[in-house]
Amino acid sequence: MNRATRDGKILRGGVLTVVLAAIVLPILGGLWETGRAGFGVLPAIGATELSLAPWRALATMPGIATSLRLSLTTGLGATALSLLLAVGFCAAVHGRMSRRSSGRMLTPFLAAPHAALAIGLLFLISPSGWIARALAPLAGWDRPPMLTTGNDPWGLALILGLMVKEVPFLLLVILSALSQIPVRAHLTAGRSLGYGRGLVWIKVIMPQVWPLIRLPVMVVLAYSLSVVDMALILGPSNPPTLAVMLLRLFSAPDITQILPASAGALLQGVGVALCFVGILALERLGRVIGLWWIRRGGRGVSAEPGLLLATGLTMLLMALGTLAMASLLVWSLAWRWPWPMLLPDSWSLRAWGTPGTGWARALTTTIVLALASTAAALVLAIAWLEGEDRARSARARWAEALIYLPLLVPQIAFLYGLNVVFLRIGLSGGLVAVIWAQALFVFPYVMIALSDPWRALDPRLARVAGSLGAGPWRRLFAVKLPVLLTPLLTAAAIGVAVSVAQYLPTLFMGAGRIATLTTEAVTLSSSSDRRITGVYATLQAGLPFAAYAAAFMIPALVHRNRRALSGEAAG
Amino acid sequence: MTLALIDISLRLGEAAPLFSPLTLTVRPGEIATVMGPSGIGKSTLLDGIGGHLDAGFTLTGRVLLEGKDIAGLPAEARRIGLMFQDAVLFPHLSVGDNLAFGLARSVRGRAARRAAVTAALGLAGLSGLYDRDPATLSGGQRARAALMRTLLAEPRALLLDEPFSKLDAALRSEMRDFTFAHIRLRNIPALMVTHDPADAEATGGPVVDLGSFPVRSGRA
Repeated sequence: MNRATRDGKILRGGVLTVVLAAIVLPILGGLWETGRAGFGVLPAIGATELSLAPWRALATMPGIATSLRLSLTTGLGATALSLLLAVGFCAAVHGRMSRRSSGRMLTPFLAAPHAALAIGLLFLISPSGWIARALAPLAGWDRPPMLTTGNDPWGLALILGLMVKEVPFLLLVILSALSQIPVRAHLTAGRSLGYGRGLVWIKVIMPQVWPLIRLPVMVVLAYSLSVVDMALILGPSNPPTLAVMLLRLFSAPDITQILPASAGALLQGVGVALCFVGILALERLGRVIGLWWIRRGGRGVSAEPGLLLATGLTMLLMALGTLAMASLLVWSLAWRWPWPMLLPDSWSLRAWGTPGTGWARALTTTIVLALASTAAALVLAIAWLEGEDRARSARARWAEALIYLPLLVPQIAFLYGLNVVFLRIGLSGGLVAVIWAQALFVFPYVMIALSDPWRALDPRLARVAGSLGAGPWRRLFAVKLPVLLTPLLTAAAIGVAVSVAQYLPTLFMGAGRIATLTTEAVTLSSSSDRRITGVYATLQAGLPFAAYAAAFMIPALVHRNRRALSGEAAG
Repeated sequence: MTLALIDISLRLGEAAPLFSPLTLTVRPGEIATVMGPSGIGKSTLLDGIGGHLDAGFTLTGRVLLEGKDIAGLPAEARRIGLMFQDAVLFPHLSVGDNLAFGLARSVRGRAARRAAVTAALGLAGLSGLYDRDPATLSGGQRARAALMRTLLAEPRALLLDEPFSKLDAALRSEMRDFTFAHIRLRNIPALMVTHDPADAEATGGPVVDLGSFPVRSGRA
C-alpha cells in the first residue's frame, strides 16, 4: 500500500468517525430517548416506570384517528401527485429545454423556504388574496367571499403547498437522473418500433429512472408525511395532522403530555417506515405488471393528453408559487389595500421601520446559524469527497444511505429525544445545539449537491499537479477547490437555504429561546397583521435568494478571465 | 413496398439547407446507400425520414412509402425500423424481453408471442439467451438482437445509420451479410448511411453521395 492511499484511509476513517459521532449517533440517541419516553420512561420529569400508559393516552386523544388519516392523505397524496406531475413534465419538455435554463427556472422554488412559501400561498388563496380579488368582478362579489380556502379540513391547501415545493425538487432530481440515461437514443429506438412518446417514457425511460430517484422520492414522502411548519400554516387546525398534534403535545404546559407525544412520535416514525415498505412493495408489483405489459407489446395507449395535463398543472403550480412569493413582498409594503383592488391603494415602509425591536435580531441569528451549520457541513463534505479521492475507491451503497439517513427519519420522531440527550450533556438551549441540529439536515443536501461536480472534475488536473511536485494538500487547496469554486458555492447556497428553512430543530433545540426568521414567521402566520408577517416571510425567503445570487456572482467575478470555468464546465 | 424520397431537403431554423434536394427510389428488398463527409447531415436525413428530427429542424419534400406521403406522421405511426451504430438494447429488460418489446401487436396470446421471440432468438444465433442481461452479450450478439427486435416490429422500411462501424473487421462482414439477407428475405426497402465503401459495395444497390451535390453555403 503506498502512502497516498494510506493517507486516504486515515482521512476516510476520520470522516467516518465524525459522521457517526455527529450525525448517526444523535439520530439513534434521539430515537432511543423518544422511544423510552413513549413507553413511560423520562427521568427528567420523574417518569421512571416502563408502561403502555402513554400509548393508551395517545389512543384516547380526541381527534387522533382524524389526525392520522390527515397525515396519510396529505403526505401520500402530495408525494404521489408531485411525482406524477414531475415525471409527466419531464417527458413532455425533455429535449426542448436545456439543463441550464431548467436549472434557472427551478432555483427560486428550491431556494424558497417551506414556511415563507406556505405563508405566501395562504395570502394568495385566502378570500382577501389575489385570486379572490381577480375573480371578484367576474363572480360579482362585492366583499370577500365566505370560503375556507386555507386550513381546510381536508388538507387540500397543505397538499397544494407541499406540491409547489416538491414538484421543483423532483424535477431537479429527475432531470439529473435523465442526464445519466441515453434518453434520445432510447426514445428514437422505441418510437421506431411503433410506440408513442408517452408510452416509451412509461415502458422504457421510467424503469431506468426509478432506481436513480427512489431515495429522493422517499425523502419527499418522509417529509410530506411529517411536515410541521407548512402544516401549521396551511393545514387543518382542529384536528391537525399528526405531526402538528404532536408538536402541540410536546409544548403543552402540562409536561406529562410529553409521554403520549413521544408515543405519537414513534408512531410517526413507524408510519413513515411502513410507507417505505409500501413503496418497495409497489415497486415489486410494478415490475411484474410492467413486464407483463411490455411482453404484450401493446402500442395503442396514447399518453399524450396526460403529458399535456401534467405540463399545464406544473406550470400552474409554478405560477402559484411565484405569485405567493410576490404577495409576501406586496403585503409587507401595503398600507391601505381595499378589496377588490389588485394592488394597494397606498404603500408604506412602516412594517419594515422598526428593525431594532424585531426582525433585525431574528435576521442576525438566522444568518449566524446558517453560516455556522453550512460551514461545518461543507468542511465535512469536502473531507469526505477528498477521502474518497485519496483512497481511490468509489462510494459504497451503505455510505450513500448514511448520507440520506437524516432526511429519511421524520424530524418529529427523534428531535425531542435528541433534546433530552443534549440536556444531559449540557448543550440544550444554546446556539451550538441549534447549529448541530440544523447541520444534521444541511450536511446531506450539501453532500448531494457537491458529489456529482466533484466526481466530474477532470482527474488529470490533480495528476498533472502531482507530477509537478504538488503534494495532496496543495493539490486540494491550489487546484481542486479553486476549480470547483462554482459548485462549492452552489452547495453552500443550498446549505444556507436548508438552514434558514429549519423550523423544528430550532424550536426544540433552542428551547424556545432562539428566535429565527422562520420560527417568528410561523408564529406570526396565525396573527392578523399581514404586514409584519410579510416582513418576516420576505426576509426568510430573501436570505436564500441572496445566497444563490452570491453563488452565481462570485465565480463570475473571480473567474471573469477564465472561460473554461465560467460556464457549465465547472458545474 | 417502395420507399421514394422526392426533393428532400433539411434545414435548421432559417439556415440554408444542409444539402441540395435529394430524390431517390428504393425498391423492396433493395438497399440504397447514402455517403458523404461528416457533418453534411446524413444522420439528420435518416431522422427526417424516420420522424425523429430534433426540435428546430424542418424537412421539406415528400417521403412516400407504398405511394403514401408519411412525412406528416409521428415516428411511431410510420413503421420505419431503425438500426444504429450501437445496438441500443434497453438495459432494464432481458434480451428476450427486448425482442418482445419489438414484436408486433398482431401476434396475440402469451404462448404465441413467446414462441415468436424464441424463434427470432434462434434465427439470430441467440438460442437459450431469453433471460440474459443484454449488457453481458458480445458486440455481434447485441447487434443481431437489435436487428431481430427491429424486424419483429414488422417495419415497412428500414433505416441503417452506420450500423457496422463499431464492429471489428471480421464481425463486420458477417453482420453485413446477416443484415442484408434478412432485408431481402423480408422484401422491404432499406436506406443505409455509411462511411465504409465496402458497405456500399456489398449492397449492390444505388449509392448517393451527398457531398457531390452542389451544396449551397452554410452547413449547420
